Amino acid sequence: MRQGNKTAAAGGKTEFAGREKRMFHLMLLPGMIMLFLFVFVPLFGSLMAFQNYVPAKGIFGSKWVGLDNFQFIFSLPDSRQVFVNTLVIAFAKLIFNIIVPVSFAILLNEITVGICKKFFQTVVYLPHFLSWVVLATVVTNMFSLSGPFNALVTAFGGEPVQFLADNNWFRQVIVATDVWKEFGYNSVVYLAALTGIDLGLYEAASIDGANRFEQTLHITLPSLMPTIILMTALNLGNILNAGFDQIFNLYNPIVYETGDIIDTYVYRIGMVERQYSIGTAVGLFKSVISFLLIMGANKGAKKLTGSGIF
Amino acid sequence: MVKKLNGKRVVSMVIVWAVVVILTLSCLLPLINMLAISLSGSDAVAANEVGFIPKDFTLVTYKKLLEDAQFWKSFLISVERVILGLLINMFFTVSMAYPLSKSRKRFPAREVYIKFVIFAMLFSGGIIPLFMVVSNLHLTNTIWALVLPGAVPVFNVILLINFFKGVPESLDEAARIDGASPIEILVKIYLPVSLPALATVALFSIVNHWNDYFSGLIYMSKSAMYPLQTYIQQLTVDITQVTDAEQLKQMASMNNRTFNATKIVVSTIPLLIIYPFLQKYFVSGMVIGAVKE
Repeated sequence: MRQGNKTAAAGGKTEFAGREKRMFHLMLLPGMIMLFLFVFVPLFGSLMAFQNYVPAKGIFGSKWVGLDNFQFIFSLPDSRQVFVNTLVIAFAKLIFNIIVPVSFAILLNEITVGICKKFFQTVVYLPHFLSWVVLATVVTNMFSLSGPFNALVTAFGGEPVQFLADNNWFRQVIVATDVWKEFGYNSVVYLAALTGIDLGLYEAASIDGANRFEQTLHITLPSLMPTIILMTALNLGNILNAGFDQIFNLYNPIVYETGDIIDTYVYRIGMVERQYSIGTAVGLFKSVISFLLIMGANKGAKKLTGSGIF
Repeated sequence: MVKKLNGKRVVSMVIVWAVVVILTLSCLLPLINMLAISLSGSDAVAANEVGFIPKDFTLVTYKKLLEDAQFWKSFLISVERVILGLLINMFFTVSMAYPLSKSRKRFPAREVYIKFVIFAMLFSGGIIPLFMVVSNLHLTNTIWALVLPGAVPVFNVILLINFFKGVPESLDEAARIDGASPIEILVKIYLPVSLPALATVALFSIVNHWNDYFSGLIYMSKSAMYPLQTYIQQLTVDITQVTDAEQLKQMASMNNRTFNATKIVVSTIPLLIIYPFLQKYFVSGMVIGAVKE
């Protein structure tokens, strides 16, 4: 009797499992179609990087030219400059987007007045949610000839600077304003990690006579290290994304020399000048390098911390 | 443990507070300045006399904005795309995350699907081929161009997968014995316990759609079809076309600064309205997202 019941239940289970699997495939179908259309078809379309693409002839009718487009790109001084700009800006952002949020999280954690802490958090998270379109105007205001930064410069007896139209300053402004926009949001993960540190460690250290600074150096920082490594790995995959939205909304031809990055370059070549094949080739080159970097970073993070990004 | 308030400790706390307050003000003051400009007389703004308090307080630019048909048309397009985009994003996020959160044992094909999804997240063909697909599908100059290319927000899918994985399997076991279908289990058990995670991904979608200017820029050929951010981006676009420093100087001193500031302030209001909710959920969202797939 009991035996029979069990078999019936098992039969019901396999029937359910089969029905469930069919249902799962069905649920995934629409999403897969969208990914196919808007990710994989464009991927196929990027074959035009190896063609002399003519829109009227399409992918199938255009002439194949092998690696000619890539050779052409690397022969342009412009594109070399663009790669350098991208790497310099992205690398500086990578470094400062770790240092500033980590420091901010550690400092904020020292503040024990709950309501003040909450207020500070509310304010510093805000810029992350505003678009670069809006913030570009704010930034332009701040760095304009009559803005507060130039007021500071003249107060110290300097000549006013056109920060956003000066190749000596543009990169610094880009990096600084990006850090400004994101440090609050980036500090969230570190604040979460800080709450996980065993308070007993601090007590033991203070009994041993370590002051607050020494405690930060020897307990807090090492405890944050796994998170820092993971975030660095995540961002390393983005090393060729120097921030299109930000630069696109802040740059101008005067600062192409220091501020033009791969994505803005692709936009101008492909979407404005309509040299589809060249633009796609630059974009494809970037995608491949980024992909390899992410895979490498993921492996590295797994080795160092035991858990990867995915 | 009693903290001794020795001199050194006081000095270091003063430094801590000073740095935190300065960083906080750096985020707040530029935005307040924008608000003050929008409420000031244009002469005072041109003379650069406006700091954080409006000078010659006036609502004239706000009244002018009420009559600006193009602004409100763009505003409406943005509202429309946020609603449509949100519904589409949520549909795909839930319908993909649920099956993909099941164990390999229960759904062996999961492994293939998840590779496909992660690849889609990491690799892109770039904007030019995507633009061609969208235009070959005849989506340009329609609202669909703004919502379909990003219909599957892969990051949100992974976030929700991680959340669903944390739902105790015993819940769904019990429902299965009661004879519930897979869809019923999703709707009646998983969705109700996942409300915080759903709120998180929904808010991310709303912010993304509201803030996006780029799809409007490349897929809309008529400025009448621009969503709000694209419209605002075009107000300042002239600055990027400028080729010499002298011209830039003139542009910056031009007198529509107050009106532009007003447009920017009004375009930010919807975000400020949802900001308390955003703040409540995104911390938990980041923590869930940090759990590895």
